[in-house]
Amino acid sequence: MNAAADRPLQRGSNLFDVERVRAEFPILGQEVNGHPLVYLDNGATSQKPRRVIDAIRGYYESDNANVHRGLHALSERATNACEGARDTVRAFLNAADRREIVFVRGATEGLNLVAQSWARPRLGPGDEIVITTMEHHSNIVPWQLVCRQTGARLRVAPIHDSGALDMEAFAKLVNERTRIVAAAHVSNALGTINPVKEIVEAAHAAGAIAVLDGAQAAPHDTIDVRALDCDFYVLSSHKCYGPTGTGVLYGQATRLEEAEPYQGGGDMIRTVSFEESTWNDLPYKFEAGTPNIAGMIGLGAAVEFMTELGMDAIAAHERDVLEYATGALDALDGVRIVGTAREKAGILSFVVEGVHPHDVGTIADQHGVAIRAGHHCAMPLMRRYGVPALSRASLGLYNTRADIDALVGSLHKVKEIFDR
Amino acid sequence: MNDLRELYEEVILDHNRNPRNYPCRPERTNRSAHGFNPVCGDEFFVHLHVDEGIIRDIGFDGAGCAISTASASLMTEALKGRPAEDAQRLFSEVHALLTEERQIGGPGEFLGKLTVLTGVKEYPMRVKCATLAWHTMKAALHGNDQTVCTE
Repeated sequence: MNAAADRPLQRGSNLFDVERVRAEFPILGQEVNGHPLVYLDNGATSQKPRRVIDAIRGYYESDNANVHRGLHALSERATNACEGARDTVRAFLNAADRREIVFVRGATEGLNLVAQSWARPRLGPGDEIVITTMEHHSNIVPWQLVCRQTGARLRVAPIHDSGALDMEAFAKLVNERTRIVAAAHVSNALGTINPVKEIVEAAHAAGAIAVLDGAQAAPHDTIDVRALDCDFYVLSSHKCYGPTGTGVLYGQATRLEEAEPYQGGGDMIRTVSFEESTWNDLPYKFEAGTPNIAGMIGLGAAVEFMTELGMDAIAAHERDVLEYATGALDALDGVRIVGTAREKAGILSFVVEGVHPHDVGTIADQHGVAIRAGHHCAMPLMRRYGVPALSRASLGLYNTRADIDALVGSLHKVKEIFDR
Repeated sequence: MNDLRELYEEVILDHNRNPRNYPCRPERTNRSAHGFNPVCGDEFFVHLHVDEGIIRDIGFDGAGCAISTASASLMTEALKGRPAEDAQRLFSEVHALLTEERQIGGPGEFLGKLTVLTGVKEYPMRVKCATLAWHTMKAALHGNDQTVCTE
């Protein structure tokens, strides 16, 4: 460990020491294609701080055992560690009760769980599900499946050219037929922060439930599910500096009680006979089989890491880099930012006129700059903007203005190559 | 670091800027196929007029990155007027050029201008871009109406 990492991290302060934070991420020290790595693909997945890696290794080296069953010391330690992670996540989301925190594989599985376990048994022809144009495929396809299974209808609220949700049109779509409103908290392709409080209120006023996809929101700002009053909220660990293969479904206890089990198996039952089985209490009713124990422990460590830095400080730091990046890209001839809503998180999608995003991505990579190029799992949104794909730089808490300078430098190279 | 100028060779940039036989569906088209790489978003239709075993005319439309567009354009240039059976051989040669270690020399004679695609070999992630139009052309010749994907 270097000296910088030995000192405690800032707590809830705006004095965000980004160099000290960067020192916590072993992966950031490397060179790629002869240049220092500039990692700007956090919307796809974030890097992991040393303490997350250590927590996972520590579990496997010292505490590995199955949970909720053994009476031996290791099993008790493993159980305590992953139930401790549940408590950490409960506090992080400000959920009322630890029973409302269900561990799943990721945001995608969380949304599928709500679709299959809550929606499928109670929807039918005449019912409607409202989503928005900016949704990730994982908040479109599970609902399409439910519609196919139940005869319910999917409605899509449009967006403005800026990438802001058209709240007037949204309000008109939500009516007495609406049973579910499902929306991204933050758009993965545009960075738009949706007015989720208003969305939840509109859903509830119509007698519908509100499902929020927080995959792109949870790493960037404070999430308070009680203040939002949403019925369900999902997030992915790997976008929050934790390991892949783990995520969280928050559900209000009454909603989770109403829902059918998602998968059958061990741990999710209370009693089993060949005639009939009964279900375990929340949240275990939804956690069939041996869970991703190391994943839960790793996520717990990641959430502690973010909490220690302070979500307000993280948000302020990322806002500063986003503003700087927006100005820098705006100043480039032939570069157009897609997604200019007033409320935005650290995601910058853009088009370099006359150059396909994949060519931009390859050239940036040759300069050590990792960005994403593609449809960002949002094909309907690409159609909305009339583009086959976009380049996207997405920020994490360790990004700096210097990272943006490197991105801009690589975009100059793009123009140099393509204008010659 | 690889030299980006070997990937974005002059000829490739030229064919990207001004693709030949594009956007074009020859009037007497009798073979067509659709190629789509959903992750990239590269999407092309390749149209052929094949008569007595000869590719009389060929064109393409759609959109993609510089590598896929230039490769498609160069392909149409190379195949126009050639026997359809040459198309398969040319495709094999291009494929080998993109994926195998070997010196340009003997086979290059047959490939002609297509050797500009050599630089793609250093970028394995981009081979799927360079081959999309070729696979689509092959599907068209074989009357395969399934969308082609090289991802």
